[in-house]
Amino acid sequence: MSTEFAREAIEKLRTGNENLVADVKDALGEYTATVPASSIVEVCEKLKNEHGFDLLADLCGCDRGPEDDPRFEVNYHLFSTEHYNRVRLKVLLSEDSPNVDTVTTVWKTANWHERETYDLVGIIFNGHPDLRRILLPSDFDGHALRKDYPLRGYEPYSLT
Amino acid sequence: METPVQDYLKTPEVMDESLDSQMTISMGPQHPSTHGVLRLELILDGEMVVKAKPDIGYLHTGMEKLFEYKKYQQGIVITDRMDYLNPLGNNLAYVMAAEKLLQIEIPPRAQIIRVLMCELQRIASHMVWLGTHALDIGAMSPFFFCFRQREKILNLIEAASGGRMTPSYFRIGGLMMDLPAGFDRRVKQFLEDFPAAMDELETLVSENTIWQSRTKEIGYISKEDAIDWGLTGPCLRGCGVELDLRKHNPYTGYETYDFEIPVETDGDVWARFRVRMRELYESAKIVRQALGRLKPGPTKADAPKVVLPDRDDMRKHMDSLIHHFLIVAEGFNVPEGEVYMPIEASKGELGVYMKSNGGPKPDRVHFRGPSFVNLSALPDMSEGELIADVVAIIGSLDIVLGEIDR
Repeated sequence: MSTEFAREAIEKLRTGNENLVADVKDALGEYTATVPASSIVEVCEKLKNEHGFDLLADLCGCDRGPEDDPRFEVNYHLFSTEHYNRVRLKVLLSEDSPNVDTVTTVWKTANWHERETYDLVGIIFNGHPDLRRILLPSDFDGHALRKDYPLRGYEPYSLT
Repeated sequence: METPVQDYLKTPEVMDESLDSQMTISMGPQHPSTHGVLRLELILDGEMVVKAKPDIGYLHTGMEKLFEYKKYQQGIVITDRMDYLNPLGNNLAYVMAAEKLLQIEIPPRAQIIRVLMCELQRIASHMVWLGTHALDIGAMSPFFFCFRQREKILNLIEAASGGRMTPSYFRIGGLMMDLPAGFDRRVKQFLEDFPAAMDELETLVSENTIWQSRTKEIGYISKEDAIDWGLTGPCLRGCGVELDLRKHNPYTGYETYDFEIPVETDGDVWARFRVRMRELYESAKIVRQALGRLKPGPTKADAPKVVLPDRDDMRKHMDSLIHHFLIVAEGFNVPEGEVYMPIEASKGELGVYMKSNGGPKPDRVHFRGPSFVNLSALPDMSEGELIADVVAIIGSLDIVLGEIDR
């Protein structure tokens, strides 16, 4: 898969506003743009409306480990149903404020993806209409996919 | 004793105060037509669904967490248990993500066998879908006809890999082992019988007027909404979007096969049903082509630090024995990086996001399951429909809860 189209789209975004994209990376046939948390919604809207990236294929959180700063990543995998190109957007978040604006206003499918990311990694999506746990029970303690969460949990979970 | 029932509606949302016929029912998690353990909270007005809220997570087993504690090759067996109707597709997405990070070239024979097995698995997966979908709507016999075909494919998969539901046949760098002797003859036999079996099913199901009236103009979703909700696979192609990653983001040499993408424009349960039925013929076509291309050759990549050596080599060569020991005991290091590997699984786009920090275990593995995303569009499709049709809509989405909850 060529990254040509994604590069052009991101470069066009950067010429419009230098601060929209912080960093770009082209590796292993995939184009990644690191986006500041404050401008993710704007970037997503522009890519969707002006560059045809109309399908949010995936959204996932990632914990780099408690020593790292910024500690969390949120990856947005965008896809176009017209020209079949992909681009990855990456938002880096610090441990103190793992907050990022929701993209449910851009794609409805982000709803469950963001709920899952909140549930497992503990990232708060500002403005999400229904930010509840989705896979784990609502009284679960902690966020299971964080690196400092033990594999077997803190104590055996029971329903009683 | 208070039982913590998760996410219970505190105040029932009454849409229209004057209607006292409104009520909330909980469909599932033991309801047989929810295909596993899915709970739907339905607010009904008489028989009409006003609001539907899917509640998932009953099968959550923390597989994504487990990946981080297992070596790369150990992760393959976990993927079998996600979408348990399409395990070879899961294997393929996972191993291809790792191969992309490792930059390994796969020999042509292994690529062809991967395509062959994946398409057989797609037929098996669609057979379960059709059988259970028909069973949900009230037709008992298609179930037996479908499972008879599926059984033949499971026997083929068992002959190749030793496992029926959990094959783990694809390995990083190639295949577990080559196909057994006489395998092509058995596949040919299956392909010979398959058109007759499809004719039977078309007569039983497609031409059945009760089936048509239960599926046509039910569970409509528009093209724009479908893209907005992230639908992929047959659900999206049922809305008139021609998108098949086998053609548009080709992998494993799919671009060299001759097949068509079935598209229907109606966007209802019937359209999704037709797309899958037509896909079955296309899959059989690909299997036939792959079978014709099978030439003797290696089935494992030439990467001794990653691929387990043959048993025979281990008895003769010291270095093979050392590599075997190191791969099993310590695993192999994967270069730092991140990839997103999408494939066209039987239910839609199955994407694997894999991140490596340079060690023998992945830093993060995330599965974008097509069922997870397709199910999230269920409220959009079922609101305004009758409660009996919700069952038909769930069937047409072809969800597997193992993949949704992971």
